[in-house]
Amino acid sequence: MPNVFAFAEARGGQLRKVALEAVTAARTLADAAGGEVHALLVGAPGIGEKAEQLGAYGADVVIVIEHAGFGNYNAEAAAAAAAERIKSGGYRAALFSASAQGRDLAPRVAAKLGVPMAADVTSFEPSGDLIVARHPGYTGKVIFTVTLAASPAVISLRPGAVAAAEHRKAARVETAQPVGDPSAARVIVTEMVQGSSAKLDLGEAPVIVAGGRGLRAAENFKLVEDLASAFGNAAVGATRAVTDDGWRPHSDQIGQTGRLVSPDLYVAVGISGAIQHLAGMRTSKTIVAINKDKEAPIFKIADYGIVGDVFEIVPALTEAVREAKKHH
Amino acid sequence: MKIAVCIKRVPDMEARFKIGADGASVDEAGLKFDMSDFDGYAVEVALQLNEKSGGGETTVISLGPDVVQETLRKAMSMGADRAVHLKADKIPFDSFAIARALAAELKVGAYDLILFGRMAVDSANQSTGPMVAELLGLPVVTAASKLDIANGTGTARRELEGAAEIVTFPLPAVVTIDEGIARPRLPSLKGIMGAKKKPLESKPAQLGEPRIAVKSMELPPERTGGRIVGEGAAAVPELVRLLQTEAKVL
Ligand SMILES: Cc1cc2nc3c(=O)[nH]c(=O)nc-3n(C[C@H](O)[C@H](O)[C@H](O)COP(=O)(O)OP(=O)(O)OC[C@H]3O[C@@H](n4cnc5c(N)ncnc54)[C@H](O)[C@@H]3O)c2cc1C
Ligand SMILES: Nc1ncnc2c1ncn2[C@@H]1O[C@H](COP(=O)(O)O)[C@@H](O)[C@H]1O
Repeated sequence: MPNVFAFAEARGGQLRKVALEAVTAARTLADAAGGEVHALLVGAPGIGEKAEQLGAYGADVVIVIEHAGFGNYNAEAAAAAAAERIKSGGYRAALFSASAQGRDLAPRVAAKLGVPMAADVTSFEPSGDLIVARHPGYTGKVIFTVTLAASPAVISLRPGAVAAAEHRKAARVETAQPVGDPSAARVIVTEMVQGSSAKLDLGEAPVIVAGGRGLRAAENFKLVEDLASAFGNAAVGATRAVTDDGWRPHSDQIGQTGRLVSPDLYVAVGISGAIQHLAGMRTSKTIVAINKDKEAPIFKIADYGIVGDVFEIVPALTEAVREAKKHH
Repeated sequence: MKIAVCIKRVPDMEARFKIGADGASVDEAGLKFDMSDFDGYAVEVALQLNEKSGGGETTVISLGPDVVQETLRKAMSMGADRAVHLKADKIPFDSFAIARALAAELKVGAYDLILFGRMAVDSANQSTGPMVAELLGLPVVTAASKLDIANGTGTARRELEGAAEIVTFPLPAVVTIDEGIARPRLPSLKGIMGAKKKPLESKPAQLGEPRIAVKSMELPPERTGGRIVGEGAAAVPELVRLLQTEAKVL
């Protein structure tokens, strides 16, 4: 079967960038086999309007399931819908994102289908009847290359590993019914708590300015926020030392046990560079480090380092970035 | 409550890893092992829940070769009451194979709550818990950073990208534990002595044929070309110039 299934992740009635990444990756695989991309989009009534956008990134068919029970993430109903479609469609592969939602959803679907899965995959390609996938483990210190013999091959893609690319298709839209009653799910979302300052999500921002214990106090994060707003397209991240002390919410944490990010530019401010932190950001394209200790491990992986006091350097950098942005 | 916690024995992540001679494993010589970090949080959560309710029983389960019994003893020295060792020559990479073997054992235990780590820090599949839940037909909450149980109903918090959700669910259920929830206690001397006498049952794991194989393992390429641009605020103009002309990110 040359067709490829992609789960299109949405939240709050909007497609997430990872949905476009999954469709883009599915397009590449389907093209190699001469097949179609079928994207599944579930949401509250009105979500169907987003189908066209999935077509723009390479979906041939968008299966839309609208139901009031899909207003919040409804893992049980989403997994049931995805598994049923994948079973009836006979797909070569089923792609999800390894986002918070996808990491929850994909293994449920794989278990319903009775197949293993490759999780948090950074790249993959077909090899005969098999799919070969790469996956970082050991806190990013080792890369696994695995072969998936099962059909379909269930894969969750690390957010940002595949760049969403336009590939216009006039997608055919099919509407479908949920499997069972989504409102009867056992696990119910009773409340959504919106993140603090997160205007731009860490997984989607081209630039991340992250702060560590070197900032000394919660209020000094203002320096980091100012630098982020000078870039204009930046999100703010933090180390575990900082989230443990409650200076920033846990959702801002980058690293092995926080978010895994790979922005174009990562600016580490007062961060030592512990391996657990590096595990979450070492794949950033360009890394800048500012630290007063010239032996800090962060300098070993930074493209550009400045040795010195963050309280002196960061305001100067903020000013210089503002200037540079003006002349653009 | 009857609580089960699935714990995996993994190497200490501070080590410098070397790839084994077969090119598809990590060389274990000289490595220190302990339970995976998240599994430690899960054990702590189980102990606290049962301490709060003033009763119950905490069972720890681990699949792997005989050495995983050390990890099970450690959990019992923290306070778990009993342990089950599912014996296998080695721990497969395939989470679904592990999930099936764990589910076969968990099915007969009549547990109110089954806890997992959010991920095993070595394989990092983040899949075993929700797969077991599907196999057992139980509700599951993944990556809980807070967990409360009252009157047969659970409430948990899950961190999402830039947001969090609060969920409720009925017991019995499966929950995978994120960090930030509880710091695992250190075993006391009394705990260590007591653990030696606690029941540890060993039986063969019902591992099927794994269908995901590790073809090779590599160390990631070192980042090179890193350089110190300068010291203090005086280095800022040069940094900005490099970001514009060399890295082209500004
Ligand atoms: C199981 C496990 C999981 C973990 N997961 C994560 C994770 O996901 N993410 C994470 O980040 N950490 C994680 N950690 C913690 C990690 O090991 C480190 O403790 C943490 O990353 C350190 O944070 P830091 O760099 O902010 O603090 P520190 O290590 O204390 O570093 C502060 C740095 O600031 C510098 N500094 C101080 N003052 C100034 C100044 N005025 N100007 C300039 N520089 C200054 C110092 O030289 C130092 O290098 C984990 C640990 C464990 C055990
Ligand atoms: N061999 C094992 N024995 C017991 N529990 C395991 C084993 N492997 C994984 N687990 C559990 O499953 C969780 C997730 O593992 P993984 O899906 O590999 O990231 C771990 O945190 C453990 O709770």
